[in-house]
Amino acid sequence: MQESHQQHGEHRSAHLAHQFDTLDQQYQSGKLGIWIFLVTEILLFAGLFCVYAVYRANHPDIFIYAHRFLNKNLGALNTAVLIFSSFTMAWAVRAAQLGKKRALVNLLAITLLCAFIFLGVKYVEYQNKWKEGLLWGTHYHPIEEAAHAGEAAPADSAEAHYTGPPNVHVFFGIYFLMTGLHALHIIAGMAIIGWVLVKARRGAFSPSYFYPVDYAGLYWHLVDLIWIFLFPLLYLIR
Amino acid sequence: MNTVSSPATPAAAEPEHAASYLQDGHGIKSWIMTLDHKRIGVLYLISILAAMFLGGLFAMLIRTELLTPTKTVMEAETYNRVFTLHGAIMIFLFIIPGIPAALGNFVLPLMLGARDVAFPRLNRLSWHLYVIGALFAIYSLIHGGADTGWTFYTPYSTTTTSAVVPIVFGAFILGFSSILTGLNFIVTIHRFRPPGMGWFRMPLFLWALYATAIIQVLATPVLGITLLLLIVERVLGVGIFDPTLGGDPVLFQHFFWFYSHPAVYIMILPAMGVISELVSTFSRKHIFGYKAIAYSSVAIAFLSFLVWGHHMFVSGQSPMANMIFSALTFSVAIPSAVKVFNWVATMYKGSIKMDAPMTYTVAFILLFGIGGLTGLFLGALATDVHLHDTYFVVAHFHYTMMGGVLMAFMGGLHYWWPKIFGRMYNEKLANIASLMIVVGFNITFLSQFIMGSLGMPRRYYNYRPEFESYHQWSTAGAYLQAIGFILVAVYLIHSLRRGRLAPANPWGSATLEWRCASPPPTENFAQQPTAGDPYDLKPLVFDPKLGGFTYRAESAEGVA
Amino acid sequence: MSEHAHSQPGHGSDATVHVVPFRILVAVWLALMVLTVVTVEVVYIDLGNLNLYLAMAIATVKGALVALYFMHLRYDRPFHAIVFVTALVFVLLFVSLVLTDSGQYQPNIDLRQEQLLGK
Repeated sequence: MQESHQQHGEHRSAHLAHQFDTLDQQYQSGKLGIWIFLVTEILLFAGLFCVYAVYRANHPDIFIYAHRFLNKNLGALNTAVLIFSSFTMAWAVRAAQLGKKRALVNLLAITLLCAFIFLGVKYVEYQNKWKEGLLWGTHYHPIEEAAHAGEAAPADSAEAHYTGPPNVHVFFGIYFLMTGLHALHIIAGMAIIGWVLVKARRGAFSPSYFYPVDYAGLYWHLVDLIWIFLFPLLYLIR
Repeated sequence: MNTVSSPATPAAAEPEHAASYLQDGHGIKSWIMTLDHKRIGVLYLISILAAMFLGGLFAMLIRTELLTPTKTVMEAETYNRVFTLHGAIMIFLFIIPGIPAALGNFVLPLMLGARDVAFPRLNRLSWHLYVIGALFAIYSLIHGGADTGWTFYTPYSTTTTSAVVPIVFGAFILGFSSILTGLNFIVTIHRFRPPGMGWFRMPLFLWALYATAIIQVLATPVLGITLLLLIVERVLGVGIFDPTLGGDPVLFQHFFWFYSHPAVYIMILPAMGVISELVSTFSRKHIFGYKAIAYSSVAIAFLSFLVWGHHMFVSGQSPMANMIFSALTFSVAIPSAVKVFNWVATMYKGSIKMDAPMTYTVAFILLFGIGGLTGLFLGALATDVHLHDTYFVVAHFHYTMMGGVLMAFMGGLHYWWPKIFGRMYNEKLANIASLMIVVGFNITFLSQFIMGSLGMPRRYYNYRPEFESYHQWSTAGAYLQAIGFILVAVYLIHSLRRGRLAPANPWGSATLEWRCASPPPTENFAQQPTAGDPYDLKPLVFDPKLGGFTYRAESAEGVA
Repeated sequence: MSEHAHSQPGHGSDATVHVVPFRILVAVWLALMVLTVVTVEVVYIDLGNLNLYLAMAIATVKGALVALYFMHLRYDRPFHAIVFVTALVFVLLFVSLVLTDSGQYQPNIDLRQEQLLGK
């Protein structure tokens, strides 16, 4: 009764590409492909995590000083938003598997909305850093108020606090690289989810063909997973 | 025996009605927008041969300049750019995609008896990205080229005024192209193996491509982020690698070699796979030590990730890391030697036929032996301090990369040429050319071993007069090779129109790609054939009527 | 294993299409939120070096929850988990070797920087 049992050349499903014999082979190929793609994503970010580890281990003072300029509350808010979007995405995959079209469309839309909120919060954060001159490398020119804005400033050493340890810009370089690359992945994810959403509205998915939702979901969860590590590493330093 | 007689039937019957993939669609668009793995393989082949020509041209310029101790044909600035472009083009545009993307793309689905790779669109995207990456490299070339060497070491690469960014961005894009090929191959091998082909019934070329794909997928992203950081550093002034900003230039080398050392196995592993196919076929013998060769491919892939620090013995790496990496480096010799011994054992008491592919195979085993063993000199800490950045290193990696990969590529090209284009080339000319290339190669690079151990540093524009005769020998050898390669180009191009029509199985190999017609029809196989032992050559007999080999059971019934 | 419902028939015997029950999704989401709160609050307690390790441990648990349930690894073919874990092993290998070495040569880098800045 299902396409997967049929031989090549007989009634092939419209979704079955010519190089595959069965839908199951196609589904499993795609899934393995996505997982291998996720491996490449993990190793791409590994480079940045390595940079982080090397500088954090060798210059912890920079991180302890500079992380105060990041807004913990906004970071936590974004974490919650992203985790919620991951939840709705996983729910959307469930809806697709069960053939609940309306739920699928709504859940994808909520996921997309969460991504917009995340980027909006990120934009506010970036804008603040920009205004305060807390940028990377040669563009690091902190204005005075910013230098004072750090919470829990040690009162006795106002002078040391004022300038901070040498090469504080390294922290902001790493911050912008990591969150920037992550934000690019969010944007790519939005494009993918948007595309899946359009297809879902047209009713392209069914319990026997929900693969693109599943694949998009796996990618989106990985982006969430990376943020789960970025948040404590950048915002929650002690 | 039933697996032997049945599979040949569709192969012999099919080609009559099915048009070859070469005829299926005309015009440029039918090629550049194709989804057929065979056409993509051919497109890759043409592209990498063009890259090889360009890289070879730069090689000849280098050798010509080094004919005399002072200026011969170009300025020092130009020379720096020429050797950088030679290295970058040969590495990123020729050797890395060479065997997997061109020959592998064509052969892999055929060896599996499949209709195509798992993701034909990604496959096409991979080639498109390759072309875009190559265009960036050419853009850099037009704007004067980079002068950093192909390794793009910081802080020089972030401070020089030459066109670094376009060529680095080109290499970044080429990385994605390489990843897509690797991803496609892994999934295809996992999901498309035909009935009868368990993991240990796979042709060894597929094992090699699988191991290569693992490296491509795991290592290439790190190159991506490294080059991205380099671009960001140059364009935006992030100080990650810049010591004046508190950055760490040694970190760049760690990042670079975490990719680029495994990358040399991206180059050599497929070459070893080709050799495993050729050595069995042309010795008319079952491959010796199948499992050992298969496992050693995977072992090399994993070990390749543990030895990158041996490129950094004198660049500020700590003594402790030096010792760890040196010890691990020696361990790579084990699986490599396992392969070499098995190939030699395969040839032992075989009925060796020195066709052109086999000439290159023998050259590979010899030259890779030299290249591999001199690698151990460089892996030893004490000798490396003396030999580092001398012509000894240059000779070593040319023996592995050119004496190894290029010889295997030439062997594979001659081996699969009849399958790809359906024509035979002139065997006599092929043998003469291979001899010229092998002899020329040794003249070029043996002299470099000697002058390297005498202290001639690499990448130098001028040199002391006592090195002159070595350099002249080296240049003479390079010209001999160039003539050999031109000869290859002449008879291969000639064969495209005038060559004898190729039979389905001209060499008598038992892998599945020889069971479909030469050239194969678009869908390869009407039905996925059942695979037998890929190295059981006994049932194959030469049929003078066909000019090629056929299965014994089949020849008795008479082939249509 | 009562949750293990093969939702759609006809995907062959080895098909691994699995629908994660809704209450598991909700439970995982709640757990992730609780852990997020914990990781934020724990930073106000001074545990010395332990703060970093604790933060990483919590993140790892959260990541594992996402991978196992949201990404279906718990119900999926084991090979996908192997692929995923392999990637993490290589990340660990890369980071730890570089980290070990950079700690050793760091004095040279600092010296060089002082020279460059003319101190």
